[in-house]
Amino acid sequence: MLTLPQRERRQAWVLLAPMLLMMFLLTAWPLARTLWLSFTDAGLIGDGSAPNWVGSENFLYALTDPDFRAALWRTLYFTVVSVIIEGFIGVLVALLLNQQFWGRSALRVLVILPWALPTIVNATMWRLNFNPDYGSINALLTQLGLIDTYRSWLGDPSSAINAVMFADIWKNYPLITLLVLAALQTIPEDLFEAARLDGASAFRRFRKITLPAIAAPLAVALILRTIDAFKVFDIIYVMTRGGPLDSTKTVSFFVYQESFSYLRAGSGAAYAILMTLICALLILIYMVMLLRQRRSGSIE
Amino acid sequence: MSLRLTPAATLCALSALTFGYSASVLADTTLSALFMTQAAYSEADIRAMTADFTKLHPDIKVNLEFVPYEALHDKIVAARGAGDKGYDVVLFDAIWPAEFNKYGLLQDVTARIPAEESNKIFDGAISTVTYKDKRWGMPWILDTKYLYYNKAMLAKAGITTPPATWADVEKQSAILKEKGIVKYPLVWSWSQSEALLCDYTTLVSAFKGDFYKDGKLNFTNTGAMKAINYMKETLDKGLTNPNSREYLEEDVRKSFSNGDAAFALNWTYMYNMANDPKQSKVAGDVGVVPAPGGEAGGASGVNGSMGLGIAKASAHPDQAWEFISYMTSQPVQNKYAKLSLPIWKSSYDDPAVQKDQEQLIAAAKTSLNVMLSRPVTADYSRLSNILQQNIQAVLQGKTPAQDGMEAATKAADRLR
Repeated sequence: MLTLPQRERRQAWVLLAPMLLMMFLLTAWPLARTLWLSFTDAGLIGDGSAPNWVGSENFLYALTDPDFRAALWRTLYFTVVSVIIEGFIGVLVALLLNQQFWGRSALRVLVILPWALPTIVNATMWRLNFNPDYGSINALLTQLGLIDTYRSWLGDPSSAINAVMFADIWKNYPLITLLVLAALQTIPEDLFEAARLDGASAFRRFRKITLPAIAAPLAVALILRTIDAFKVFDIIYVMTRGGPLDSTKTVSFFVYQESFSYLRAGSGAAYAILMTLICALLILIYMVMLLRQRRSGSIE
Repeated sequence: MSLRLTPAATLCALSALTFGYSASVLADTTLSALFMTQAAYSEADIRAMTADFTKLHPDIKVNLEFVPYEALHDKIVAARGAGDKGYDVVLFDAIWPAEFNKYGLLQDVTARIPAEESNKIFDGAISTVTYKDKRWGMPWILDTKYLYYNKAMLAKAGITTPPATWADVEKQSAILKEKGIVKYPLVWSWSQSEALLCDYTTLVSAFKGDFYKDGKLNFTNTGAMKAINYMKETLDKGLTNPNSREYLEEDVRKSFSNGDAAFALNWTYMYNMANDPKQSKVAGDVGVVPAPGGEAGGASGVNGSMGLGIAKASAHPDQAWEFISYMTSQPVQNKYAKLSLPIWKSSYDDPAVQKDQEQLIAAAKTSLNVMLSRPVTADYSRLSNILQQNIQAVLQGKTPAQDGMEAATKAADRLR
């Protein structure tokens, strides 16, 4: 006869089983299939014959492919710079929105709006804003006297990636703002008052009270954004399609092109697996950081 | 127990069988068709054509799906690659039959097109759907690039005749720039896209270049080098709008329609739109001639046509062909000739088709006979990307033209 805890454990497994099965079907199976494909010469469309096993050939080709390495560095640049800026602006705006002032609610809605926009709408809008003939960016910068003539932001390899990043940052910093703002609202006002009475400066109050409170949600937000930024695809597809001169071709776009434009499912899968490994590594780094913070007591 | 057939039971059984049979014959067929969103035959036009078809064939329903040109190829292959049956009818570009043939994506429809029928169609249009001497669909959009010019700007500069050669285009552009009539007289679609290759191919055709040498892809022959050098030269001299390196065809149309260019290379569809006062500041001043040649009396063109084919996995090929036949038929094409010129030779002598676009029709009669095809290879998407990158590297001033095109030739040679 089963004891009560044993019965509960069994029940738990029974209840969890459908979810675990779904997870297997939706995650593990496609991942395993992609892994298998990455060791074959499979085409996206088979000719009826089974794909050949090519071992690590696709991976060796990928790692020695200068175009892929360039795409990888470009993606890392995109990820690191945009996430840092998003984190900075996100926290700053959250601190601002946490203050009491007239019109705060309306401003909160406005801040969230870019995040709520579908990416395709955002990308199309920024493509128009960066238009070299009638784009608002050129108009604004000219009126401010920062540039003399209208520039082709998306047509110049030196500025295209930054223009795309700008659009991505504009859309995504509100996520960080939202999570940080929620955390800020849990801090009791008494803590700040007590600190003020003790003569703590604004910076010290931020470091000792605010930062520990927002560290955990901020870390989660940054993890999410890092993974998302590393996978960036749709905004590039709409704004530049990887051009000019491949200056905006990120790893995701590379995988897409290899698999769907060139119909090479095998090597496309190898690139995708490499990308997944890098994503997993990023998650690991953040998780270790998070655990260390917890252990050191900076996060409750 | 033995089964006895009484006359009444027999009658019932026969009626049931007949009813069942006729029901299956009359059963509705639903086709799934993939088109592209574009300015020529717009989504609304294609829906209107399809509605007319359904009136004639109430038993065939057609579900239409639209994607931008840039997504069309990938959508067709992804639908099939996902293990789905995919579409029944697909629109395909002139550059894809070799690749689609390799992967068995389209049905061979050679037997469905009688020889007397194809003789009535322009050779360039037929070549769009022909690969290895077989037909893989019916041509539907017959197109090439034309040289558009702003009559008022030319008149203001004292230029009385439109350019007859590309050297003339350069000379006239220099005059227009010098007189301050327009900052950048020339505009093209040179973004990292297929549009860039269409402009490049037009110039290669003008300078009598070729894409092959000894049966291998080669982009460094004299004509091809003249083409890339011409592109770079017009940029360096400030005659070509540098933003062209970011433009697609629609950007070219807008720039020209806004009065920001005196010359533009673009497809047929621009003629009527640039002449429409609702969407163009230069309506009434739009002239069109065949894209010039390298020498006087010559002309150039790129085969930018598209065809409608039956997807290999279609379970309703006969109904799909009914639909394709209707969409490509002469009356339907003549009705919509203001948007896209018909594939049928005799349409060009039809006064209704000519009305209000006589100059375009005259240009088409020349241009449609000189269209150069882009390289035919099953690995076209890869090749296209190689060319786009290397041409852009030259246009961005990152690489000398000779080096860029040598690199493109070497990369094309390495295609797996």
